[in-house]
Amino acid sequence: MRGRQQFSIHFLQYLDPEGNLDLPLPEWTSDGPLLLSIYQNMVLARLLDQKAVALQRTGQMGTYPSILGQEAISVCTGLAMAKNDVLVPYYRDAPAQMIRGMSAAELFMYWGGDERGGNLNTASRDLPICVPIATQLTQAAGVATALKIKDEDSVVVTSCGDGATSKGDFMEALNLAGVWDLPIVFVINNNRWAISVPLAQQTRAPTLAQKAIAAGIEGIQVDGNDPIAVYEVISKAIERAREHKTPTLIEALSYRLSDHTTADDASRYRDADELKAHWQEEPIHRFQQFLHQQGLWDREQEKALQSHCQQTIDQAVEQYLAAEEEPATAIIDYLHAFLPYSLEGQRSAIQHKDASVNTEGESR
Amino acid sequence: MNMSFSTSDSPSTDDAVEPDECPSPDIGGKIEAENKECVLVEAINMALHYEMARDDSVVVLGEDVATNGGVFRATLDLKQTFGAARVLDTPLAEGLIGGISIGMATQGLKPVTEIQFMGFMFAALEQLMCHAARMRNRTRGRLSCPMVVRMPFGGGIHAPEHHSESTEALLAHTPGLRVVIPSSPIRAYGLLLAAIRDPDPVIFLEPKRIYRAQAQRVYNDGQALPLDTCFTLREGKDITLVSWGALISECTQVADQMLEQGIAVELIDVATVSPLDMATILESVAKTGRCVIAHEAPKTGGIGGEIAAQLAEHALLDLKAPVLRVAGYDTVMPYAKKEALYLPSTAQISSAIQQVLNFA
Repeated sequence: MRGRQQFSIHFLQYLDPEGNLDLPLPEWTSDGPLLLSIYQNMVLARLLDQKAVALQRTGQMGTYPSILGQEAISVCTGLAMAKNDVLVPYYRDAPAQMIRGMSAAELFMYWGGDERGGNLNTASRDLPICVPIATQLTQAAGVATALKIKDEDSVVVTSCGDGATSKGDFMEALNLAGVWDLPIVFVINNNRWAISVPLAQQTRAPTLAQKAIAAGIEGIQVDGNDPIAVYEVISKAIERAREHKTPTLIEALSYRLSDHTTADDASRYRDADELKAHWQEEPIHRFQQFLHQQGLWDREQEKALQSHCQQTIDQAVEQYLAAEEEPATAIIDYLHAFLPYSLEGQRSAIQHKDASVNTEGESR
Repeated sequence: MNMSFSTSDSPSTDDAVEPDECPSPDIGGKIEAENKECVLVEAINMALHYEMARDDSVVVLGEDVATNGGVFRATLDLKQTFGAARVLDTPLAEGLIGGISIGMATQGLKPVTEIQFMGFMFAALEQLMCHAARMRNRTRGRLSCPMVVRMPFGGGIHAPEHHSESTEALLAHTPGLRVVIPSSPIRAYGLLLAAIRDPDPVIFLEPKRIYRAQAQRVYNDGQALPLDTCFTLREGKDITLVSWGALISECTQVADQMLEQGIAVELIDVATVSPLDMATILESVAKTGRCVIAHEAPKTGGIGGEIAAQLAEHALLDLKAPVLRVAGYDTVMPYAKKEALYLPSTAQISSAIQQVLNFA
């Protein structure tokens, strides 16, 4: 344990902001359908995000945290995971959740104030999103512990924002992952802003990836707006976690092009020129350029994709708006597996209150 | 329910049933049912051994629980018996312990977690209140947290600061958390088994003042006692005395003294302080018309206030006198030298009972 040790943090980028290659492509990029899937999911994520904001602005949904500009991280997370792996997401990871089975209608439901949006029927083991900052990270470590105890082949991928790295939970989870050799990948979406507080006010550390060093685990920084680099880093980390039960911390550098949520106004604290500059680096344009250069994408395909996404989103909105309301007693029926008898009176009171405020209450 | 228990440990109501999750266990001869004299902390250890042998999904974790067997020895020999994969010494971080317990519980394990002292639970409260209590509701039943968080609590062992508080009301105020407090070796054994088998999170508060106070014959037969049910420890027609945890000892002494004076005290051990079994208390007060509630926790905002309020709501016409509370003071738990001054005494409980009895 004695002595001075030297560390360095590796940074990975294949595509520059213009979509030009900095490095020879990794082998998996010969899988054309996978490249297209990354692109298609990013486009869907962006359009869905726009729709979610529009629903909020028109009073049809509640507060919503946009993921504008950070689609590559979440999409590549979702695509790099195996079905049996477990995702423990934070609240800006809807694209990954959707790739793993969450429906767009469930996304709208959750942010529309309906708990059924956290059900995620088709992703049976994934945790729902976590609103308190960083608390999902220690839960993810617990999920990884369970997978290890049960001797499963699966791994955990968990995510957080840059602000979360200031919390003890973050360091505690990394530390445990190291001590217990957990099959887990931590992905930080470093979008530079925690509501109004820039990264420079969160930490003096020049990278967030280096926080892995103190935990004795692998840490790497990646251009989070370069889908090739993100997919490469996440899939390699997942592979290491699966094969060797070795945890990895990934810092994906991106930028929050939106407000923090629809309840925020970033123009109060963020310089317009900074925002404008970062629009030049966003992932979708960059990846589209790359696909064009590779001869994998053309205008016709783009047109078809846009129309397909629009259709998917319209259907989701329709499904969301038409969803039948849960019965009033749902607010207490999922508290425990069995309703304690002491709460039976309150359950009836809920039914009665519903009946008295809603003329249809009796019939529901 | 094991009918061989002494009547003083039988649940108060005949229709009290064990949770659905507690079938008579087939343990494949792994443990021979034995009965032995043991103190409360040993009964806890026995229940942990029993359930880990019966159910592979039970894991034990916390600070110093594995190699050292816990600072109070509640987890003694578990690691030797069940191995390091199921008995885990965690790093020293209560928030982490809360979080990993939740993560494990959502994936089909049943963690039984020890927070070394209740005074150190606060870092874990965000996990317990914001997530363990809500996971079933948040996922509309898809995921749940079948976990037990054991914490030694309460004063009386001359410990340093933060080792002696009784903050059960903080936990009981969180919908979705069960808060269970045993008061004897038999109830510690049966209630802990029930807590582990419960499909939802249970906070299991262990009154450390009586960890080794009294030995009782405990049948190691895997029979759980019912949760959400008060235990009527002693029947009496003159006054209802409601308490829980270590203070049950003082209440029993007072009931004995009163009996010598010809006063029959009905002593109720609440045992599950949330959700609260008011039916047993109301039934008793309907008979006695008088009630004193005793708890170690600070008076204001304590669970005694909730019981008194419910008596006011539902039993006003049964009451022949005001309901009195004997409780800790609304002050910081004093350090060792003055903790006896803080803790409710038999004299205070007796005096409250006399006051209620003497009320015109």
